[in-house]
Amino acid sequence: MDPSSLLQYLITGLTLGSTYGLTALGFTIIFNTTGVINFAQGEFVMLGGMMSVYFTRVLGLGEPVAVILAVVGATVAGALVERLAIRPVRDCPTINLVIITIGVSILVRGLAMLAWGKDTHVLEPFSGDRPIMVLGAAVMPQALWVLAVSLLLLAGLKAFFSGTIHGKAMLACSHDPKAASLVGIGVQRMVLLSFMISALVGAVGGVILAPITMTSYDVGIMLGLKGFAACILGGLGNPFGAAAGGVILGVLESLGAGFISSAYKDALAFVILLALLFVKPSGLFGLKDSKRV
Amino acid sequence: MKAAKWVVALVFTLLSCVPALAADTIRIGAIFSVTGPASFLGEPEKNTLLMLKDKVNSAGGVNGKQVEVIVYDDESDVNKCVMAAKKLLDQDGVSVVIGPSISGNTLAISKFFSSAEVPLVSCAAAEKIVKPVDPWVFNTPQLDRHAVTKILQSAKARGFSKLAILTVSDGYGQAGRGVLNELIPAGGFQLVADEVYGPKDTDMTAQLTKIKGAAPDAIICWGTNPGPAVVARNRVQLGLTTPLYMSHGVASDKFIELAGDAAEGLVLPAGRLVAVDLVPADHPQKPVLEAYVADYAKAYNSPVSSFGGYAHDAFALVLEAVGKGGSAKPADIRDNLEKIAKFPGTSGVYTYGPDNHNGLDESAFIMVTIKNGTWNVTE
Repeated sequence: MDPSSLLQYLITGLTLGSTYGLTALGFTIIFNTTGVINFAQGEFVMLGGMMSVYFTRVLGLGEPVAVILAVVGATVAGALVERLAIRPVRDCPTINLVIITIGVSILVRGLAMLAWGKDTHVLEPFSGDRPIMVLGAAVMPQALWVLAVSLLLLAGLKAFFSGTIHGKAMLACSHDPKAASLVGIGVQRMVLLSFMISALVGAVGGVILAPITMTSYDVGIMLGLKGFAACILGGLGNPFGAAAGGVILGVLESLGAGFISSAYKDALAFVILLALLFVKPSGLFGLKDSKRV
Repeated sequence: MKAAKWVVALVFTLLSCVPALAADTIRIGAIFSVTGPASFLGEPEKNTLLMLKDKVNSAGGVNGKQVEVIVYDDESDVNKCVMAAKKLLDQDGVSVVIGPSISGNTLAISKFFSSAEVPLVSCAAAEKIVKPVDPWVFNTPQLDRHAVTKILQSAKARGFSKLAILTVSDGYGQAGRGVLNELIPAGGFQLVADEVYGPKDTDMTAQLTKIKGAAPDAIICWGTNPGPAVVARNRVQLGLTTPLYMSHGVASDKFIELAGDAAEGLVLPAGRLVAVDLVPADHPQKPVLEAYVADYAKAYNSPVSSFGGYAHDAFALVLEAVGKGGSAKPADIRDNLEKIAKFPGTSGVYTYGPDNHNGLDESAFIMVTIKNGTWNVTE
């Protein structure tokens, strides 16, 4: 195996992995405030991509404006999901809420299909299609966008959760909602905020991905699944773990396709995930006791 | 006792009325995947059939009889398809059935038609439907074998000897991969790489990198949108210049839209429906194609697809069999279908026979090249 092919697999894996990592980030944000795994996270990614296509195509807006509108739109959708589907049943056990998010994801997918049809759409790459050659391997400019934006979002979230009063309040809600409300934190407001932030992160992911992966009403299913796997791999609740889990999953898939067989690419990543969970059930970067009190 | 006699007499009277009732119209059943994952096949097929039925009836029907069409939606589900087939055969008493849209469903129900002795004209493409020949089962789409033959003819003409294939791991791709694996060595070519991608995959650079390592003269990609568009894009993004063939599964304007500039120079086999304007005026299919495109645009305000064309051809062939044979009895329709020769449809020129229930050969395809964002005929 020549080094340039190996490098190409790594670059491909890194790009793919960032897409999984971004979806995984959304999972951890909501999990950290509510303890709920939001299976509609993939749908936020879809909304970001589809709305930006819709705004550029149908309304004829410039790409930057369309992208901002799409992200705002998805964030509003995140808020609506929390207000209409989660808040009315907030006293239910967590598992019920998780099932509700599955229902929400099916509903959102159906609405998107009715509104925008079943076709696949493509968004123009932000800075062209011409590959940059590095040591015999090709790097797409859009891949650099994906990597840069993912790192920025990660740094931003880190600063938010450990540096701001709102971020700390959200963490407090996840540890003990009752105690958090006793010290004067508006738990419901924090839950709403967490849904909005995770929708925002998902939508940004959807927008920067759309030029590479194309988008359609049902892209959220697979991304949601892979993002969830990345979360588990990295250790639930740890944003850095989630991002790293995504990258690891992507690289494993890409190497598996390159060195073993592309037919078993998806299976391979999940087999490794399962094997790892046997050895370290809390995930790679999860704490040994996942309940932090 | 007297009452029983009356009942028997009444039943006999009613029974003798049934053929008389049925003789008033020609009853054609249809099963399409109008909803569900395969709705992109079933929806245009249903639209086409209903449009053609109205056209025939307003023109006076066939042999002075009106045509009645009963359409069931199998929702792309094999169980619903079996139920619809049973209903058409047992309750609706149809003379012939058109559809289903997908190969799996066709294979699941074809045995009922042999035992009921009613002909089935499927709109699905799998070779298994007509090979080995079931006396009661026909189909209209071009076969994968014809597309592969066409691609390999082109590859031979361009002097390629080492080929790589990249196929999707769904039913369409597996069927294509099987034929490619059979015909590539048989045609004297060397198969240097055999890669697969998932129907929902969004990045095929790993497979293309591996193919690049095998240094083929050309790559053949087998799939339906959007996968092949990703392959086309990834090929450009990797800086690959190896020629790339696509299958007929992407022969629609949507592919050019999705692949963008990366579609430039790609070559693929396509039915003549994608490029009606490029078909010469003296070609037997020309009037059929023009009429179908114009009628469909008028009725549904949307462009035609080759899938709707399969239903168009099935309906036209059935009416031809009924009209020529002068009978709408199931057995007569079957016999007369086998007598059809050189009948122009949208997908090709059909010649059925006792050992040929597909009716087409590789001349149903033309090789097209995508240039300046549009189709060009290469041969």
